[in-house]
Amino acid sequence: MSTPTTDSRRLFDVHRGEAPPSVAADRPVPPAATLRKWFRDMMLIREFEVRCMQAYQDKKIGGFCHVYIGQEAVAVGCVAALKPEDPLVTAYRDHGHALARGMTARACMAEMFGRIDGCAKGKGGSMHMFDKPNNMFGGHGIVGAQTPLGAGLAFATKYQDEVMHGGKNGRVTLCFLGDGALNQGALHEAMNLAGLMDLPVVFVVENNGYSMGTSIHRGTTMGHDLKSKAVGYGMDAAVVDGMDVLETYWGMKHVIDDARARSRPWFVDMRCYRYKGHSMSDPRKYRTRDEEEAWEAGDPIGTLERFMLDRGVITADEAKEMLKAVKAEARDSVAFADASPVPGIEELHTDVYMEPWGPYPGSTQPAFTGGAANTPSFRAIDPKGEVL
Amino acid sequence: MTAVRELEFRDALREAMSEEMRRDRRVFLLGEEVAEYNGAYKVSKGMLEEFGARRIIDTPISESGFAGLAIGAAMQGLRPIVEFMSWSFSLVAADPILNNAPKMLYMSGGQFGCPVVFRGNDGAGGQLGSTHSWCVEGMYSNVPGLKMAIPATPDDAKGLLKTAIRDDDPVFFLESERMLGMKGQVPEGEEILVPFGQARIRRVGAHCTIATWGRPVHFALEAADALAKEGIDCEVIDLRTIRPLDIGSVVRSVRKTSTCVVVDQSWSFGSPGSELAAQVHRHCFDDLDNFVHRVHTADVPAPYAYNLEQEYLPNARKICEAVRAATYNA
Repeated sequence: MSTPTTDSRRLFDVHRGEAPPSVAADRPVPPAATLRKWFRDMMLIREFEVRCMQAYQDKKIGGFCHVYIGQEAVAVGCVAALKPEDPLVTAYRDHGHALARGMTARACMAEMFGRIDGCAKGKGGSMHMFDKPNNMFGGHGIVGAQTPLGAGLAFATKYQDEVMHGGKNGRVTLCFLGDGALNQGALHEAMNLAGLMDLPVVFVVENNGYSMGTSIHRGTTMGHDLKSKAVGYGMDAAVVDGMDVLETYWGMKHVIDDARARSRPWFVDMRCYRYKGHSMSDPRKYRTRDEEEAWEAGDPIGTLERFMLDRGVITADEAKEMLKAVKAEARDSVAFADASPVPGIEELHTDVYMEPWGPYPGSTQPAFTGGAANTPSFRAIDPKGEVL
Repeated sequence: MTAVRELEFRDALREAMSEEMRRDRRVFLLGEEVAEYNGAYKVSKGMLEEFGARRIIDTPISESGFAGLAIGAAMQGLRPIVEFMSWSFSLVAADPILNNAPKMLYMSGGQFGCPVVFRGNDGAGGQLGSTHSWCVEGMYSNVPGLKMAIPATPDDAKGLLKTAIRDDDPVFFLESERMLGMKGQVPEGEEILVPFGQARIRRVGAHCTIATWGRPVHFALEAADALAKEGIDCEVIDLRTIRPLDIGSVVRSVRKTSTCVVVDQSWSFGSPGSELAAQVHRHCFDDLDNFVHRVHTADVPAPYAYNLEQEYLPNARKICEAVRAATYNA
């Protein structure tokens, strides 16, 4: 069934698919400032995740915690190809997307610590990073659940631009999923709707080769050629290298620009590898150290660093200084989270309903967006009533 | 003076949606057969013609997909109305409607609300068998973050649906296929809304409170007429919404009558009826002459055979028996 081929740069290609061809004809090297920002953002995500793992061991972070180490180029390269007004939605391995989209390390870490200064006041946790000012629509915990939401976000921007404002669709929604979500019905329903309704949504499969402990070939038909999944839904598809941020950016820029111009969905097989386990409790017995080391040899941060050094965009000393700075920022996020108060008990009943009634006092925005009260636009319930 | 006309239940629903769509361009309707087919039950008849295919949207048979799509659209600022041809079909959309819509505001720490209305036929339609006869209020009313309205008459159908569409929170709106052709007086006027959390006293009485909602309201009224001939004077309270639940109206009534029968067409175990009974026991502990009696559907899957289905559902006879028992007239 599968046709094992090996990407020449990596000995162990867990995807066993064809090497990612370039979908982009136009491959301009971004300005030095942009490259430096990407380098910084990728290092911040990694250092942030290192701190997360430590905080989890220290029992400062509870529940499930899925770290993004190894996949940094995907979030950074994809977000670089988006406009700020474009919606983004993702699954539970979401810290990297949140940081790449502009959430502060402090709000992200405080959320994981279950503190009031977290992006969701400590009510969401690791899997639910929401950032309205940066058009980040979560962080969703059920595998594949975010894919119909992604179709809906694209439906809404198109409806707003075309039906309500009489213009032309101008926004694209980026909907991330893991390769494990390929086998959820929700994705297939979302792709069918996106194809039928010409929705400008890009489904980016962060194909790291494993859904938890199950390799893609044990769980997914046509795992070596995921583009085939999109064909049946009349959708354009691309394979993009998610281990090299330049390749990621060029590929995604082409895809996103096309989705915007034609108001059509795209499907992207984004090849990448997660260095750590599925979650903090995963001993990774289902794969070899050799495989891991082979992928780590093609590390996305190292690849970008070499590119910048070779071109004189950055000196070795500057790179060290940047690393020092992001380490300090990651450490600062931990100190901030640790110092942030736990949510008051009154928060248990806030944000259940927009409208205040009975035991529910209504809703407010979190502190990082200003903390303003959410004023209901309409009162459905008589405030004087005795209701349960 | 407000003009009143006679409308069918389905016409009242359509009038509510059409008025709100004229008023607010963020509102749109999507679901199976809502547009070109004019609605599987003709609720949306003519709406495609007025509002066009961009706002009256036919979907494939894909409840999980289009319910999730509507939630994403609501997060981005639109006001979707999702029609489930039957609430029984919403079970395949359980993840979006239960895990996303009612929890989004909470999980996002107040950043993203979900102003979406899910509506459709609930309960036994008439010999549709086990899979198509769900009373989803039994399960879904358990979930905080959603509101739930279950109208019993065309005027309430219109007024409650308008409230649901304007509400900033997700609303589950339960109709009944058996009632869509029911006629009733409906006042004209775009601003005539029925608030949530306010019960309606359908019949005033002194001896026993019958608390119910939706289709069984009519069974209760039928039972009350029969019982009146026996000298038992029933007060029939139509709750109209389950979340919020107007417990105050029920308590005031029970303090007057001292007996109470709860009628709920969902299964008895862990149901809105059991919750209401528990609340009445708590608030009226010293007022009650008897424990709260309950009439539910039988605790079995919905049968197909006509006679079995009739015996499965709450009906006037069962309500009469419960009232007689509650008032020591058995």
